[in-house]
Amino acid sequence: MKALVETVNLTKHFPIKRDQIVHAVDNVTLTVHEKEIVGLVGESGSGKSTLGKTILGLHNKTSGQVLYDGTMLPQKYRARDFLSSARKMQMIFQDPYSSLNPRMTVGEIIGEALKLHTNLNNQTIRDRVTFWLERVGLHADHASRYPHEFSGGQRQRIGIARALILEPEFVVCDEPISALDVSVQAQVVNLLDELKKSMGLTLLFIAHDLSMVRYVSDRMAVMYLGSLVEVGASNEVFFDPQHPYTQMLVSSNPEPDPRRERNRPPTPVRGEITSPINIQPGCRFASRCPKVMEVCRDTTPELITLKNVAPGKDLRQVACHLYD
Amino acid sequence: MNSSADTTDPILKVSDLRVEFDTYGGIVQAVRGVNFEVSEGETLAIVGESGCGKSVTVQSLMGLIPMPPGRITSGSAQYRGQEILGRTRINGRELRGSEIGMIFQDPMTSLNPTMTIGDQIAETLQVHRGFSKRDAAARAVELLSLTRIPEAEQRAQQYPFEFSGGMLQRAMIATAIACEPSVLIADEPTTALDVTIQAQILDLLNDLQRDNNMAIILITHDLGVVARMADNVAVMYAGEMVEQGTAHDIFYRAAHPYTLGLRAAMPSNVDETAQSLQPIEGSPPDLFAPPPGCGYCARCPHAVEVCATKPPPRFSLEAKHNVKCWQHHQDAPSPPTELFLSSTTQAGDTAAP
Repeated sequence: MKALVETVNLTKHFPIKRDQIVHAVDNVTLTVHEKEIVGLVGESGSGKSTLGKTILGLHNKTSGQVLYDGTMLPQKYRARDFLSSARKMQMIFQDPYSSLNPRMTVGEIIGEALKLHTNLNNQTIRDRVTFWLERVGLHADHASRYPHEFSGGQRQRIGIARALILEPEFVVCDEPISALDVSVQAQVVNLLDELKKSMGLTLLFIAHDLSMVRYVSDRMAVMYLGSLVEVGASNEVFFDPQHPYTQMLVSSNPEPDPRRERNRPPTPVRGEITSPINIQPGCRFASRCPKVMEVCRDTTPELITLKNVAPGKDLRQVACHLYD
Repeated sequence: MNSSADTTDPILKVSDLRVEFDTYGGIVQAVRGVNFEVSEGETLAIVGESGCGKSVTVQSLMGLIPMPPGRITSGSAQYRGQEILGRTRINGRELRGSEIGMIFQDPMTSLNPTMTIGDQIAETLQVHRGFSKRDAAARAVELLSLTRIPEAEQRAQQYPFEFSGGMLQRAMIATAIACEPSVLIADEPTTALDVTIQAQILDLLNDLQRDNNMAIILITHDLGVVARMADNVAVMYAGEMVEQGTAHDIFYRAAHPYTLGLRAAMPSNVDETAQSLQPIEGSPPDLFAPPPGCGYCARCPHAVEVCATKPPPRFSLEAKHNVKCWQHHQDAPSPPTELFLSSTTQAGDTAAP
């Protein structure tokens, strides 16, 4: 498998006041292979969206690199860098309500990228827009309508069509289903899966819902307070989590099965995600970890590849002193 | 499961509730004939997708429907045998907030940003229970520690922006239970929260219910939360309750195609082989002009001719289990086998029109 997108020690800090820095993304090294879906999960405030946006250049990097197909992407993006990168990399945004311009028709929204990045004539653009509307399960005559005339699920489809009309190779999906109803979530997940198969897309799928990510993604990367804590094949991470944080996330998911839920002991989870301002050395999860040790409080654990996970399984990376 | 719930009278009983709203686009029939009841110490979950009328249902009980444009066109809601619909705002106070407490979905926007958390909790006690300012403030701190907020005394002096989402939800629960209500309405209490925080809040609600024998009406779209919390479940679709029963009925003996559809669209956390989800195609009907027949007809895989023209009556399957679906009519030609069908299926309390 060939690596398509690689981040190397990618870091994004936001200075807020004098002496105060938000460590949104810290030293993230993650590889996304060609034609795979990597799910990026974690609680709100763990830096998932910032990582996705920094990879695409929507935030400038504080340090570290992003490699695309082996070539290094610019450290700071200028307008013309976006012109070339937009054809290869796109983004589907979280909120289908605020990410579509209410003053543009759906046809204009979806076709805008073709206007900017190609010199196709108007008729061809209209034809492409029609094609994509139908591809994502909408109708050709929806092109002349405005976003407010659509439901959340339909708007998310418009966002998908807008991102895919340039036929990019790599798409960051930032919580594309969180704002949708259960029955509609499955529609959008299945659509993404179908498009991935037919177009050979590579996706970074950001979500906080682990059980949904398991269905969508090939591999899963778990993030906590700006760092990766566990990376591995989705099903294996979900059913055999190694990092205490992943274990906590998995066990907090209620299962739609009363027999199982009625016998569930009260959650062992304590506390909430801590502040990302001026993070000190040591494991970021130490304050909430049920298995915390002395070493966790002052030494930051590195992401290491586990050797003792059963042979024949995919590589598992974990950042935890339990596995030193 | 609460076995004593079978014998006690319901503390809150709602029958044939209908609510509509005037809008520029016409009249929206948000709630179209809803019946349910809940007893002490029992949790009723109302499940459904956005726009199905779950929130409007409970808001009308609390007198929170703005009128106009809203209108309760029919129905009654009895709290301990006393009618609570149609009270004016002032009279409603005897019940609202004291006998019936409510937690809202979005803790960030439901609290007053210009008041300290302690004052907001204390206000409830001053208004409903006539506490003095000092007593109310002291009780507010106790309530905050009851909802497991650490350092409650300092926290009570802080403003909502200084709280995280999970902490705000705890503060809102503290406000709602300040007057020790007999019924607690929780409108999507954990939807805006992370799963780890959700687990903590659900545990807290369970503990409070056990200690105070409260009835809880839990509104949610998450079947996982339902499985964890509910004794009884009502499934809502397009302003109607399409299936009602115990949690056991809804999860293992679902009798309505929509209930089954919801189950299939939910990811499983335990089945390692489950690799695909079955969405429900299409979207809910337009409540400006509800379909003449069954609201789910257009999306239903088992729809037959009659579904499009006549609304299905309620069929009783067992004591607590009832369903609105034509497939349960005794003359239904070949009811689909995945639906739970009672052997004594017959037209229930509403006769076919």
